[in-house]
Amino acid sequence: MTNSDINRLKDKAFQVFGVFCTFIGLVVLGIFLIDIIIEGVQRLNWDFLVNLPSRRASRAGILTAWVGTLWILVLTTIIAFPLGVAAGVYLEEYGKKNKMANFLEINIANLAGVPSIIYGLLGLEIFVRQMRLGGSLLAGALTLSLLILPIIIVTTREAIKAVPRSIRDGSFALGASKWQTVWHQVLPASFGGILTGIILALSRAVGEAAPLIVIGALAYVPFTPSTPLDEFTVLPIQIFNWTSRPQEAFLTNAAAAIIVLLVITFLLNGIAVYLRNKQQRKVRW
Amino acid sequence: MASKYKAKNYRCLLNESQKTLNQTKHWLMLNLKLNNLNAAMLLGATMLFSACGGNTENAEGGSDLTGSVQIDGSSTVYPITEAVAEEYRAEAPDVKVTVGVSGSGSGFKKFTRGDIDVTNASRAINADEAAVAQENNLSFLELSVAYDGLTVVVHPENDWVQDITVAELKKIWEPAAQGTIKKWNQIRPEWPDREIHLYGPGVESGTYDYFTEAVVGKSHSSRGDYTASEDDNVLVQGVSTDPNALGFFGYAYYEENQNKLKAIPVDDQDDSNGAGAILPSLETVKDGSYAPLSRPLFIYVHSKAVERPEVVDFVNFYLDNAGELAEEVGYIPLPDNLYEEQRQKFEQFVSGSGATANQQ
Repeated sequence: MTNSDINRLKDKAFQVFGVFCTFIGLVVLGIFLIDIIIEGVQRLNWDFLVNLPSRRASRAGILTAWVGTLWILVLTTIIAFPLGVAAGVYLEEYGKKNKMANFLEINIANLAGVPSIIYGLLGLEIFVRQMRLGGSLLAGALTLSLLILPIIIVTTREAIKAVPRSIRDGSFALGASKWQTVWHQVLPASFGGILTGIILALSRAVGEAAPLIVIGALAYVPFTPSTPLDEFTVLPIQIFNWTSRPQEAFLTNAAAAIIVLLVITFLLNGIAVYLRNKQQRKVRW
Repeated sequence: MASKYKAKNYRCLLNESQKTLNQTKHWLMLNLKLNNLNAAMLLGATMLFSACGGNTENAEGGSDLTGSVQIDGSSTVYPITEAVAEEYRAEAPDVKVTVGVSGSGSGFKKFTRGDIDVTNASRAINADEAAVAQENNLSFLELSVAYDGLTVVVHPENDWVQDITVAELKKIWEPAAQGTIKKWNQIRPEWPDREIHLYGPGVESGTYDYFTEAVVGKSHSSRGDYTASEDDNVLVQGVSTDPNALGFFGYAYYEENQNKLKAIPVDDQDDSNGAGAILPSLETVKDGSYAPLSRPLFIYVHSKAVERPEVVDFVNFYLDNAGELAEEVGYIPLPDNLYEEQRQKFEQFVSGSGATANQQ
């Protein structure tokens, strides 16, 4: 065998290895999905979506849970979007590259890795107790906003960084101020990336149960919230609650609720991909 | 807890696999989970999810009470309170009853500050917690609502254990057993020379507190080298797949999994409350012969809350229906005369609210 044959063989081997690695993740995901769908899909019907929680597994529904989840999603977006994007723009465009910036950067990266329950404890003290919001939707959304802010800030910065230097220079050359450059050139050009980051951050928030239980989100709520100060429950809490019950039928309910939660997550991810593709087509430098 | 992680894993794995799938197509080199998610979009598109408006259920009930009753606390008591709250909606549709599951300890914390009206508890309030209530000028009342029988279980193939005494359980679980009691024949010589694997609830649970109090003699004190889980379904899973296992958890979890587990009769060596080793069942727990592992489950209500008619009405409704509903969700009702006793206790507490000392 010549040297080039050996190299070709190595090449082939690595390719097989790569495909194998790719499929491990997919197969595990597939097994989980199939398992959960087989268990839960027969329970999934209109009544399940519009019924209130109940002690009888066959009558129990997730209306208050998914409505609570949607409320949390919307409120968290309203809070975290402007804060996160503004912080990212500041750090990337305005902040001076000094020791302070370095310090901030390290801390934001660290914050992204803090366990969610810690944010729950923080939220409990600040929002629930000090600001007297109680176990309300607003307190929950503020807590989750803290949780996903580091992710949004980091993705915003990355998206802004990807805008070519020449765009900024061109804008400045035409006499635009810094703000005009950011608002009319940099932000539109990076908006697809920013949006994708936000939506993926939100799909993390949507699956959190621990921090919300800590701030006092409930398990049995027989009414849908009508203001941000109402008490609430969310899908992950309902799922957690059902999986710890002794009766088999509740486990089926949990599986069905997991499917609904997955669909919400998939929809969010789908929107993210759509927006990014659209953006990619639009931006021509 | 494990089950919660199970649910979360689906999402984690989801993101992981999508990452691998699309490593090659990055537009932005984002180090977080910002990757291409085509697979997700395909799946998402096939499952249509439609939203609908708010709840419009407004059945005419028998009461015109309004207001709210806020409840939190033990997740063990939760199923009973949930059932009562559900039934109460038909009685008083305009009273908003909400129930949380933050745990007995956390529930007492909120209760003694007066943040909530009623707390579920799988153990009695302790002196520190009572002191906080005192500081906040709250007097409170403990009401028993049902029993739970802590059940000692082994794998169904275990043919050597026919019964166990409380003294033997103590020998297995006391702190001194850590690292020394490792084989079945160390507990009773005729049992085989096999390893013993222990399963029990985590140290934060009221079940653990009660078991250690009843068996070891000191609450919150046991060996640490056992498999602990806050989720009893995980314990069921563990014991039912391990022939050398011994574990304990609430009766409802045994009742639902009788084909996978073998319950062990427990002998407290006190013939005054039933001779010999006794299996937990509806009857033996209710009549007190399954001792010492029958435990009462409580709700607590405080003096400020009972100034509101909807709370009084709800608690009365609770005591009237707890027996039937507790049995439906897998617990064991108190004897009727005890419910009557709780009702009287509550009536006195309401009429003399604030003036009466804290009673337990």
